[in-house]
Amino acid sequence: MALQTVTATVECPECFGEVELKDVMQNEIVQCADCGADLEVVSVEPVVLELAPEEEEDWGE
Amino acid sequence: MKVGILYSRVRAEEKLLFDACERRGVDFELLDDGQLIFDISSTNGHMKRFEQFDVVMERCISHGRALYSLRILNDRGIRTVNTAQVADICGNKLQTTSALTAAGVPSPRTLVAFTTEAALAAIEELGYPVVLKPSVGSWGRLLSKINDREAAEAVLEHKEVLGTYHHSIHYIQEYIQKPMRDIRAFVIGNETICAIYRDSKHWITNTARGGKASVCTVTPELNDICVRAAKAVGGGAVAIDVLEDPDRGLLINEVNYTMEFRNSVMPTGVDIPGRMVDFALEVARNGWAAANGWSEEKERAIGRVTLAGE
Repeated sequence: MALQTVTATVECPECFGEVELKDVMQNEIVQCADCGADLEVVSVEPVVLELAPEEEEDWGE
Repeated sequence: MKVGILYSRVRAEEKLLFDACERRGVDFELLDDGQLIFDISSTNGHMKRFEQFDVVMERCISHGRALYSLRILNDRGIRTVNTAQVADICGNKLQTTSALTAAGVPSPRTLVAFTTEAALAAIEELGYPVVLKPSVGSWGRLLSKINDREAAEAVLEHKEVLGTYHHSIHYIQEYIQKPMRDIRAFVIGNETICAIYRDSKHWITNTARGGKASVCTVTPELNDICVRAAKAVGGGAVAIDVLEDPDRGLLINEVNYTMEFRNSVMPTGVDIPGRMVDFALEVARNGWAAANGWSEEKERAIGRVTLAGE
């Protein structure tokens, strides 16, 4: 399958700083350079960032 | 050949796996575990969507999502890497240690108890320090090194009062006086393909907790114990944590079934994601036993899957 990626600059939902995204995919985790928040790319068309979910008890390898 | 990749998030590992699939010209489809609905009682062909896959590679972050997805797929004859059985055993430290020790694979001494009183007695029997671990959990979360009785009483009370019932299943392990490092070895089928040391000033050495990775030579001894450990938990593509005991040599600590390898490709120079994809393709073509280099008898012997509550 062809993976859809996007390059864009969008607003951080936590600190409203600018987050530069390069070739990111849906469900990719990125970090805001300003505030350090972990963000999830929940959509690429349009590009939407949300705070990544908090780690849960059964998460891991 | 069509490969499904069941995933939660696109992390560095998933991107490397996608890239490995693309480099091999593999037709693959992403299955977001947050969006999936398995209509497991359907009689109208809902599950046929998954039957198009020759193999599904599991990359969930949540053990629960991974385990039950794999179980549903395996019950319908859909091949997966890893299997539900491997996920069931490796996702639970107690079950992992039981499988390892039953198979004669050297492991740290471990006691299991189900009440605070019995846990305290088990801790005293082992002698301080001991390590308490939740049976389900990863990335070094909620590991407790207990140095004396007062600390034991405090942690056990916290677990009893604050935790879910899982925290009253006490997994108590001797503390290994290892060098300030452990070994993370990667096994694919019947071969240890590479390994790293994880150095840390902290007794918890996970790279997720800041442990530094450097290459570790795969000796025949390391390969042998890791392949035996992998076989004991059902085989597949697994990452094994190995401790170096000054007296007993190598001991298997844990086996991880949705392995993270972003910090290991560079120091080892081994194409871990490529080897994982090749293994999945071999499972698709020839089945689990052949991909692991086993006889069919071994596959039948490990075919039964047990889940918590059964």
